[in-house]
Amino acid sequence: MSGGPLDPPLPHRIASRAGAAGRDVQLQQFVNRATDIRDHARVEALDAAFGSRTEAVRTLAGQIKQHTLDHLDHYVGQFADAATAAGVHVHFAADGPAANEICLAIARRRGCRRCVKSKSMVTEETKLVPALQAAGIEAVETDLGEFIIQLDDDAPSHIVAPMIHKDRRAVGRAFEREIGAPYTEDPAELTAIARAHMRVQYQRADLGVSGANFLVAETGTVVICTNEGNADLSVSGPPVHIAFVGIEKLVPRLQDLPVFLKLLARSATAQPITIYTTMLTGPRRAADHDGPEEMHVILVDNGRTRLLAPDTRELLRCIRCGACLNTCPVYRKVGGGHAYGAVYSGPIGATITPLLAGLENYPDLPHASSLCGACFDACPVRIDLPGQLVRRRREMVETRVTGLLERSLMRAWAWSLRGPRRYRMATRLQRVGLRALGRAGWIRRAPPPLAGWTRERDLPVPARRSFHDWWKKRERGGRP
Amino acid sequence: MRITLFIPCLTDAFTPRAAVAIVKILEYLGHDVDVPATQTCCGQPMFNAGFHVEAKRLVTRMLDVFDGDATVVTPSGSCAALIRHHAPTLYAAGTPERQRVENLGGRLYEFVEFLVRVERMDLAAHDVRWDGDVTEHFPCHGRGIGLGDETMSLLRGIAGVRLHPLEHRDQCCGFGGTFAVKQPAISGGMLREKVSCIAATGADVVVCNDAGCAMNIAGGCHRAGTPVEVRSFAEILAEGLELLTREEPS
Repeated sequence: MSGGPLDPPLPHRIASRAGAAGRDVQLQQFVNRATDIRDHARVEALDAAFGSRTEAVRTLAGQIKQHTLDHLDHYVGQFADAATAAGVHVHFAADGPAANEICLAIARRRGCRRCVKSKSMVTEETKLVPALQAAGIEAVETDLGEFIIQLDDDAPSHIVAPMIHKDRRAVGRAFEREIGAPYTEDPAELTAIARAHMRVQYQRADLGVSGANFLVAETGTVVICTNEGNADLSVSGPPVHIAFVGIEKLVPRLQDLPVFLKLLARSATAQPITIYTTMLTGPRRAADHDGPEEMHVILVDNGRTRLLAPDTRELLRCIRCGACLNTCPVYRKVGGGHAYGAVYSGPIGATITPLLAGLENYPDLPHASSLCGACFDACPVRIDLPGQLVRRRREMVETRVTGLLERSLMRAWAWSLRGPRRYRMATRLQRVGLRALGRAGWIRRAPPPLAGWTRERDLPVPARRSFHDWWKKRERGGRP
Repeated sequence: MRITLFIPCLTDAFTPRAAVAIVKILEYLGHDVDVPATQTCCGQPMFNAGFHVEAKRLVTRMLDVFDGDATVVTPSGSCAALIRHHAPTLYAAGTPERQRVENLGGRLYEFVEFLVRVERMDLAAHDVRWDGDVTEHFPCHGRGIGLGDETMSLLRGIAGVRLHPLEHRDQCCGFGGTFAVKQPAISGGMLREKVSCIAATGADVVVCNDAGCAMNIAGGCHRAGTPVEVRSFAEILAEGLELLTREEPS
């Protein structure tokens, strides 16, 4: 089944959306400004907290995650035991439909009709909300951004800031149209409208669904970071709480958590810590004032164990902070338009989507990067994202997803570089050919394979004399 | 010092003046410069495009061409990053080739990196003057070899240079090798943003040390009708030292 911005017809071509996103001046301004502000604030916040130790902190965080992934079987088991001991029902789901079915079975057994749900990228993967609705269960997104996206029947365009492509006028219109609120553009009034609307949803709900930012293996604790407190309200009022969590969210011990809480908040939104950091270990106990009667954790695989292969394991370190999106010049150009055509966008999306959904289905994504390296610099857990993108390209060549024409051209080019005589000959041919095409030193329209170049910019013609020819002549003539 | 130059394909064909400037500066500094005639390409375009069998053949060629213990200087930060960081991954650990490529990576420097880290050139000790309004773009692969604002600092050390800071100086210009051809719409969007930032500085010359980025930015400025010349730092320095005749911005 395909449909919706994150579920495009396959194979998905990024150009089908990138062009439109690039021409939408207003969208460009929103996304550029929002990502630029966040990117600068991130650098400042990390520098203020860690200074010259920033690299060491990121390395430590990466090592903790890598260690956890290297021993994932152990830590999944430890978490399951500890959480079960704390009264949590722990489930394992191989893929999205399986995870949704576990949730639906619980809802059926408990007779749940109304679900409040906090932000979770995993539930975007599993398409939980449509599954709940199809089962006759009303499902409301309680994260403000996700709520607005839901009202507009739109899809999130950023891991952390799902409505980065919308402005407050769009929000005012959605509130007026969908929940009958008087139109306003004032952010404080808009927030008050959402708050009043949401309170009623919390009171009526009989099922709370959340994601999780971290799972602590030693204690069986589910850790949720939000800035709106919506996760707390979503999971503490209703009698049933179900957390959808990717298996890569584990950290070994409670004492490993602070470095991640510090890095996550700073990398995502330049905060010292998220406004709400909630640690849930089991359902309501006798002495508690609130909390669910039943608590479930669904550990979702959905392709993750495939990424555990040694070459791609580092990708599972990702803590979904969105820093690589904010700093990426490509995301800034196309991100607001759902150009990545999948749940995860930006550099991390460009490399994991083809692994999860098939290189042949997303052949443009590994190439949607200039390999500038800004993401590698920004990543709080030191994932070599440019290196991973190159590996996807290599896999495309090896599996012949890369077309015959491109393979032939690249191999011919490589052949021409394998000896000085061929190289000189090719350089001379290139010089004569391009100089013939040029006028006053520039080519305005070049034939393939350089047509893409001259579509956007002029091509300078090669210099009259190459460096190596200059050098040879100078050597022959003797130095002055 | 005996210095071997590695002049990659784009510099060789499109911006040879940058390489000539490097030769003249290194000789001015008293070095003995050699350019092996058998050199071609380090294989970076193939590596980045995922053609690693082809890239490995070219890197292996490089190991023979630049065999020995001489310091190697190149104008390209991205080629330096390839040899230093990426090429070793093409060979199994512990093999003789892996050792040779690591050895080469350890003695190969991008030109500005060489001036700052090896030569430790103090411009104040030289009679260097270059009058003009300049801004600087930071090529992304400076990141890959750990460079930051070295070129800006060097430019500030040249009498007569009026340096105008470039907004988003370290944001990619959209070149990215085959990326510029394969994803023209995205690449072009990035380039237009770079060109408008350059135009906003009011500078006549933008300094850019990587030949690929320089071609891209020059082509973008020319298409946009922005009258800015693209030069490498080596050209500015060579002109400032009167080793090259100044090319007036046209």
